[in-house]
Amino acid sequence: MHSYLWFVGKRILQLLAVIFCGVSATFLVTHLSPIDPVEQVLGRLSARSNLSPEAIASTRAALTELYGTGQPIVTQYFNFWMRLLRGDLGPSLLAFPTPSMELVARALPWTLGLLTTSTLITFIIGNLFGALAGYNPDNRFFQAFGIVAIAVQPIPYYVVAFILLVIFGFLWPVLPISGGFAMDVRPGLTLTYIGSILQHSILPALSLVLVGFGGWFLGMRALVSNIVNDDYVTYAELGGVSRRTIVDAYVIRNAMVPQLTALAMALGGVFSGTVITEQVFNYPGIGSLLIDGVNYGDYSLVLAVSTVSITAVALAIFIVDLLHPLLDPRVRTE
Amino acid sequence: MFAVFRDLIRYNLEFTIGLILVGFVVIFAALSFFSPVDPTLIYMTIPDQPPSGQYWFGTNSRGQDLFWQLSAAFKNSLIFGITVAVLSRIISIAVGLLSGYAGGWVDRVLMFINDIFVAVPIFPILVLFYFVLRNSLDSFTLALIMACFGWPFDARLIRSVALGLKHREFTRHAVFAGMSTSKVLLEEHLPYVMPIVFATFMNNMLWSIGLEVTMAVLGFTNLNNPTIGTVLYWANSHSAMMVGVWWWILIPVVLIVITFIGLFLLAMSMNEYIDPRSRLRRMGA
Repeated sequence: MHSYLWFVGKRILQLLAVIFCGVSATFLVTHLSPIDPVEQVLGRLSARSNLSPEAIASTRAALTELYGTGQPIVTQYFNFWMRLLRGDLGPSLLAFPTPSMELVARALPWTLGLLTTSTLITFIIGNLFGALAGYNPDNRFFQAFGIVAIAVQPIPYYVVAFILLVIFGFLWPVLPISGGFAMDVRPGLTLTYIGSILQHSILPALSLVLVGFGGWFLGMRALVSNIVNDDYVTYAELGGVSRRTIVDAYVIRNAMVPQLTALAMALGGVFSGTVITEQVFNYPGIGSLLIDGVNYGDYSLVLAVSTVSITAVALAIFIVDLLHPLLDPRVRTE
Repeated sequence: MFAVFRDLIRYNLEFTIGLILVGFVVIFAALSFFSPVDPTLIYMTIPDQPPSGQYWFGTNSRGQDLFWQLSAAFKNSLIFGITVAVLSRIISIAVGLLSGYAGGWVDRVLMFINDIFVAVPIFPILVLFYFVLRNSLDSFTLALIMACFGWPFDARLIRSVALGLKHREFTRHAVFAGMSTSKVLLEEHLPYVMPIVFATFMNNMLWSIGLEVTMAVLGFTNLNNPTIGTVLYWANSHSAMMVGVWWWILIPVVLIVITFIGLFLLAMSMNEYIDPRSRLRRMGA
């Protein structure tokens, strides 16, 4: 137990370091650039309406105070952290005057739901099939499955999502290709609403699963085909241990350890894929929000989405890491 | 080196297929050095012509000959991928070898930084760079930023090999013979990690070209520079699928699929070759 706490403590330290560095990087990138957010916002505002010079001057003063750009960079950095800890990064321009953190909080459940379900499905299907394929290398079905995996896995997210969009949008229009739920459904805890959400999430989730499963399948197959030749598996087979027990307890469990590490490492990439998927299918998640923010020149919204997504990915990796000792007793006693 | 190559072609069908696919794309991309048109110019030919004897891949709605346009796009994307791969390999070799050989606190500090880089999601950061740099974000800057994030996983792989090399006899001989640390690393240890460097080179190219496609289709790069991503971006912004200019979408997608599968097969078969157990199984021993 003591060593497990030690392990958790080390991971928490790492988690804090990752969040600290990531958030600091977002601050540095945005504040060391030659572009002044105040002038950008002013440009946006004055392009849409006729403002008097006095109004522009007072808006400039208010914005300078809001973004704190008049102060030395160290003070700005300190203030940035203080505001971030209070969860206040200023109003968004996209939906003025809604706070940008509120927009992020509204979009986050969509992304989390889509991402968690599709990652879990991908991870479980890929590893299960991969393990079976590695254990039965002569099975025709799994050989064909492997070829499909090799063909689909390396294709960029965008292209796969786009191909699905063309198939289900133009050639065989049976599934909704855009949005989070149907326009004529009122949000609430009703069956039609939930059904509509599920129906709309099929294509985005499918594109994420299609791209993701091949990597797990191929990785697991390679791991298992090596483990199967290990002495302890041969010994168990000779000793008459049932095939099921061998696959479950001896083969999969050992192969899961590196796969779990790989899952933690892949989460950042999976997040990038979600951004694209959301954009292609017009899904109301955090990725669409980020893209809208960039296109609109919305400074605080982009900062909010970046910091939240960096924190969220770091947290997800932390949670996966905590599962590690459950599988691998060596981590517990280290 | 040549023997390795021969073995791979003889025993590994995936490697051969990958080599053919990548070779095809490289030749296609290299043709752009002889391109009769400047691929950045628009309205040079009649727009929206289907593939024909004169325009092999047709022309797009921007009045560009798609054959030369795509050829230039693949050249730029491949060069981009190679730039990122070379730069990030330099970082990962330096960190991996030093970390494995030096050990102690150097190792711990480097691996701590390494783990931070693994965990930071690169996509929001790239978008942030585009957000502040806008159109001054050219390919090389993008490649530089991606290279700064593309090394940590491979540095860990290299470190694991370097850890084993450290206690081998020849390292001790070299040290006693008075070789400096940098010489031991570069002349004695580097050759042992080269297979990993080559295999991860391909994987890194897949990763960086894929990310570039992602950034470009969202419109987050310099859109006047033809790359795989910007070709798709322009096709989308002219709703090519909707107005029936199918060749503007279909041909690039087919070529992208060929490129990615080819690179992936090369990376995969080299990875397998590195692992002696799977290599022996394939050779039928």
